[in-house]
Amino acid sequence: MSAASAQHGTPILSTRHLIGVAGLSVAEITALLDLAEEYVEVSRQRRKLELLKGRTQINLFFEPSTRTQSSFELAGKRLGADVLNMSVGTSSVAKGETLLDTAQTLNAMNPDLLVVRHQHSGAAELLAQKVSCAVINAGDGWHEHPTQALLDALTIRRHKGRFEHVVIAICGDIRHSRVARSNILLLARMGAQVRIIAPSTLLPPNAARLGVEVFTSMEEGLPGADVVMMLRLQKERMDGAFIPSEREYYRFWGLNEQRLALAKEDAIVMHPGPMNRGVEIDSVVADGPRSVIREQVEMGVAVRMAVIDALARNLTREAAA
Amino acid sequence: MSSASHSPALPRAFVNARLFCPASGLNGTPGGLLVENGRIVATGADITREAAASRGLPPENIIDCNGHWLLPGLVDMRVFTGEPGFEYRETLATASDAAAAGGVATMIVMPDTDPVVDDAAIVDFILRRARATAKVKVAPTAAITRGLAGKQMSEIGLLKEAGAVAITDGRKAVASSRILARALAYAHDFDMLLINTVQDAELGGGVMHAGELSARLGLPGIPRQAEIIALERDLRLVEMTGARYHAAQLSCAESVEIMRQAKERGLPVTCGVSINHLLLNENDIGAYRTFFKLSPPLRTEEDRAALVEGVADGTIDVIVSAHDPQSADTKRLPFAEAAFGAVGLETLLPAALSLHHAGAVPVERLLEALAATPARLLGLEAGTLKPGKPADFCLVAPEASWRVQAEALHSRSHNTPFEDRVFEGRVLHTVVDGETVFRLDRPAISA
Repeated sequence: MSAASAQHGTPILSTRHLIGVAGLSVAEITALLDLAEEYVEVSRQRRKLELLKGRTQINLFFEPSTRTQSSFELAGKRLGADVLNMSVGTSSVAKGETLLDTAQTLNAMNPDLLVVRHQHSGAAELLAQKVSCAVINAGDGWHEHPTQALLDALTIRRHKGRFEHVVIAICGDIRHSRVARSNILLLARMGAQVRIIAPSTLLPPNAARLGVEVFTSMEEGLPGADVVMMLRLQKERMDGAFIPSEREYYRFWGLNEQRLALAKEDAIVMHPGPMNRGVEIDSVVADGPRSVIREQVEMGVAVRMAVIDALARNLTREAAA
Repeated sequence: MSSASHSPALPRAFVNARLFCPASGLNGTPGGLLVENGRIVATGADITREAAASRGLPPENIIDCNGHWLLPGLVDMRVFTGEPGFEYRETLATASDAAAAGGVATMIVMPDTDPVVDDAAIVDFILRRARATAKVKVAPTAAITRGLAGKQMSEIGLLKEAGAVAITDGRKAVASSRILARALAYAHDFDMLLINTVQDAELGGGVMHAGELSARLGLPGIPRQAEIIALERDLRLVEMTGARYHAAQLSCAESVEIMRQAKERGLPVTCGVSINHLLLNENDIGAYRTFFKLSPPLRTEEDRAALVEGVADGTIDVIVSAHDPQSADTKRLPFAEAAFGAVGLETLLPAALSLHHAGAVPVERLLEALAATPARLLGLEAGTLKPGKPADFCLVAPEASWRVQAEALHSRSHNTPFEDRVFEGRVLHTVVDGETVFRLDRPAISA
């Protein structure tokens, strides 16, 4: 496999930005995954391409995330872009700057790509309306985290070979999870059968309307699952407001070997990280033979390379037009 | 006829009784029942002295009920004891003495103890103490929120596993709508019944019913709206979450109407009332008598009559004693400073039978509300005389009249609102798991 299609520069995405998976078609998703698959090899060979030479990518993280930020940084650099990290939490926002002030400042710097992570839903959308570059949503509030869903999809496709009729159980804090929302949308669109499993306090209202099967018990939701995707439970949710305690959560919703045995024999275990070992997942499972958690991290870089490349192609076309 | 002399290895027969068990269609049916290994093995007209004798039962194992009523042991859904933490008021053992003397075979105990029942270890403690010291069965409820503080959910799943039969914050209502909504949603996942006290904390700050009498007595009142607002809010949250909900005690006529409508809408909701609120009203307070200071407060005669009607037509599901032992320290105080609450385990059944005698509520409805329904709501194997079920029952002389004397009651505390009241209907004999746990000293009473 080579980066041939990448060099062709064929357009992949119909949109200028990647705010969510909600707007992506099956064809677009498939093309992104195919391209990402090629970048897995590039990444494994530690090759550095020059596709984005002269392009500037700014990582704007209003919420700290070492993993996602590093992944985007590496992806941009492997494609040859100049990558700049702005950690906003500690600088201008603390001095009272609004999101739109930040957008104006950025416009003055003329970047080509803006990777944004924000604690509030809709922030990526708002920035996209106000900046002149392409925006990639790296997670906004509880709304979407499209590159996470794409990397999860790529991991699933590599193991299951397809999406049609694959049963995927997403377990944990669905209510507050952008990862869950993006995954539900993307996997359902690709033909997978998505289940969500959580205590009622961690389900969004009218969860069944999202096109998923809803369970409140792992024992009922796990049988027949091809993929068990665990979500991170934030510590602040476990103090009695949503969940009585860590130990109770682990007792009823933690993924241990006995519960995993309810899923299909060849089921894989996923987690977007960082994990709370002994809360949502047992270490034996997290580090066990069915865990693909480390592979997810690897797929993250490849998928982000594909997304950056795809959006950069659109910029090139715009300039040419 | 002494219970101590029967042969424990052999079955026991209770014959020549009138059997009552609404679920079995027994409504005063002449007959008897046969008990073996703690369970009822047969119930009906064919259990006679002759039939028992022909099975080889020795005479001391055949108890002649002299035509008295044989009822399922009561399941009292709201009992406060003082154990752990307030043993000077009541222990599980002393409460169980009172229960046995009142025909109550199962006490549902509240989590308002010290420490609060908000941890699986304390549920386990109560169950162990009850097994070791109590004559009747004890089923603990656990706190909805940690420390009954209304802020953080308790470990509802672990508490259920430990043996808690429902969650409730006892005397306290969960004030925060957000916390209650979450607790209902979470309890629903475990099919755990949530029992809430229905009184708005802000409006419920008084000491008696807000009305003319409180105005005359110069005491701060608790308006009906304190209950109505809380109940209506709770029902909206049930609608939102789908959880099983039980309003612990109603006190107002309008609350009955609200429950009636909620049930018509198909909500999974039930409610209870204390026997005190069915027999007494605010006028009983008289000259600041603190034994009538109850929570919710005794209200008007119209409210009382509506509550009785609610029991009769089934809108009110459960009758409780709301047994709440208080010592002289907490009751012999100016009305405003005195504690709320009254003892009631021992008088629950005789007091309830007065509603039957008055023609207000048929005895089969009373038995549903006192035994079968609470057992069903809490998932207990109790409240019935059906064969195969635990042998929990009581024998009652329905017409025997007796005067309540506070000092003669078995409870460690004597704060009864029925002092000197004459009831018709007296418990003669109480059996739990096939064993006699109470027998009235004066066997002279006849049918």
